[in-house]
Amino acid sequence: MTRAPLSGWGRYPVLPCRLERPADVADLRELLRAGEPLIARGNGRGYGDCALQPEGATASMLAMNRMLDFDARQGLLTVQAGVLLADIVDAFLPRGWFPAVTPGTRFVTVGGMIAADVHGKNHHAAGSLRRHVAWLDLLAPSGGIVRCSPSENAELFDCTFGGMGLTGVVLRACLRLAPVRTAWIRQETVVATDLAQAMDAFETSASWTYTVAWIDCLARGAALGRSLLFRGEHAEPGELPEAWRQAPLRAPAGRGWRVPVDLPAFLLNRLSVRAFNALYFRAGARAPGSRLVDWRSFFYPLDAIGDWNRIYGARGFAQYQCVIPQAAARGGLAALLDTISAAGEGSFLAVLKQLGPQDGSFSFPMRGYTLALDFPVNPRTLALMEELDRIVAEHGGRIYLAKDARISRERFAQTEPRAAAFRRLRQARGMHPRYASALSRRLDL
Amino acid sequence: MKQDPKQTAVIVGGRSDIGLALARRLARAGHPIVLAARRAGELAEDAADIALRHGVDVRTQELDVLKPEGYAAFLERLPADTGIVACVVGLLPDQQAVEGNPQAAQQVVDTNFTGPLLLLELAARRLAASGAAQPAVIGIGSVAGDRGRARNYWYGAAKAAFAAGLSGLRQRHARTPLLVMTVKPGFVRTRMTAGMDLPPALTDTPEQLAELIHRALRRRRMVVVPWKWRLVMAVIRLIPERVFSRMTF
Repeated sequence: MTRAPLSGWGRYPVLPCRLERPADVADLRELLRAGEPLIARGNGRGYGDCALQPEGATASMLAMNRMLDFDARQGLLTVQAGVLLADIVDAFLPRGWFPAVTPGTRFVTVGGMIAADVHGKNHHAAGSLRRHVAWLDLLAPSGGIVRCSPSENAELFDCTFGGMGLTGVVLRACLRLAPVRTAWIRQETVVATDLAQAMDAFETSASWTYTVAWIDCLARGAALGRSLLFRGEHAEPGELPEAWRQAPLRAPAGRGWRVPVDLPAFLLNRLSVRAFNALYFRAGARAPGSRLVDWRSFFYPLDAIGDWNRIYGARGFAQYQCVIPQAAARGGLAALLDTISAAGEGSFLAVLKQLGPQDGSFSFPMRGYTLALDFPVNPRTLALMEELDRIVAEHGGRIYLAKDARISRERFAQTEPRAAAFRRLRQARGMHPRYASALSRRLDL
Repeated sequence: MKQDPKQTAVIVGGRSDIGLALARRLARAGHPIVLAARRAGELAEDAADIALRHGVDVRTQELDVLKPEGYAAFLERLPADTGIVACVVGLLPDQQAVEGNPQAAQQVVDTNFTGPLLLLELAARRLAASGAAQPAVIGIGSVAGDRGRARNYWYGAAKAAFAAGLSGLRQRHARTPLLVMTVKPGFVRTRMTAGMDLPPALTDTPEQLAELIHRALRRRRMVVVPWKWRLVMAVIRLIPERVFSRMTF
């Protein structure tokens, strides 16, 4: 089979890969037997090079997408790894269940979510996905299937979350869903005119289930870090207007939009982003403080715009997501925002979020603040991101591999002292070099 | 929101891509499903998946279309509320391997014609007598049956015979509420056609075909052909035999 250009969601980098489409475990074993490096790929929503394997085989897991069992007493759902989160929500929200942890898009596979150990707007209280997975089945390099849970093969379970597919192919998993009574979120908006206020707002909102802030990364001086903090709770049926109470678990689907072409990169410039941010901030500040929002708008606003990655033009974009530990957060975030606004390379989508404690030995989240921004890829932004790497390293932070496409091996080693143990595990268990990706090669994992 | 209970839909050939797509579409509309196939036990995961996604009852039932002696017992074991029986069984052989080979030819005819027609004939009799509201039997023919081509005339001939059989079955039950539906797909992207070089504009996915069948079922349509293929076949049928016989497609 031939290699064809393949990329992650950021469309950078684009590498020639042989995309295999295994229908079952037997097909995967066949690929393992071929002896070349292998990496599993979900729905391609990882941003960078985590699901690209230009030297061996990239195995799309989308055909292994069956839901296998649901225990309605405990909300335990067993699925194959290629099932999309969107399908889980479609099937189970009408029955009163919602993912206990969800990332900002529902077009991700269960296997992909496990590999990245995704977190959501409730990380400060609920932790990352790992806390809500009862067990998973992993295809070992030998071709055997290993059941992993917090009590069985615990080390493998631990490292598979955040392991970016480098510990094996996730075949099946058992997820704990959370009961909900409506499809609506009661949302409050808190206006923060600078970074200190934004961080205070997170601290005072810690009892809310969901918190997240949009941050104006181009604001400078006294307005540095001005934000809109959104906090939300699942609404109870009694809070809904009479008309919605008949079917509280159904919320109308808005109309979907698509980005039909790659937009020219020059549309995104300092002026347009600054103008957008100023308008967005003012609109948010004027809007009513508390309102009901449907689940799609609250959790997945970007999912309403198909192919939104095209707004950054054909050259693609890089998402930069880092976390700065709590103790160093104020200084670290200020230094990051200073550097970004001085460079004038802002993005529409800048997100600030307080994270809870670290659970895993190779997962991204740690207690502190995470900042996520998009940059169109060009020499200026690549240089800027290297500067941001330096600041993150200086403050004891780290970057999120599910988003990364470009951090250097040296800088990564500086931010991830945990990588050595991960690499040792991979070597000891024969995962290296059998399971490998462009990312693992770049970062020497 | 209380809805009328939907009748059970039986999909014979429940392992095929079209069969599974049709099962999913009918399950989404609320029909309980029976997936029938050889080695039905292997369909347990698919059955669980459809049941979980759509909240309907899905079971599997063993059936070998090449063993007509088992049909009566098979139909006997179907749920009492069965209202739809669809047969999507088919075999697209390598034409060269069939030519001059009586066993292979027999298998093509049995799988695409004799088996499906016998089965639907028995199912039709049962559904017509059951008093089910709006019962239906559905057979999957092919546009390949509309005109024989050098490339696949054994397949085409068997599908043509099946279509003629369904037409007769329709007349036989014309005075009952039973719908006999003939579906004639063009190219469909399935495991059966994997590796073939199919023109994208004329190739449907199993899901598109399932949607077409479901819509036709609601409108009680008798013969269902994707609209692009209706145009293509209208032209192909007009070509004089003397010209057609020399064409190479």
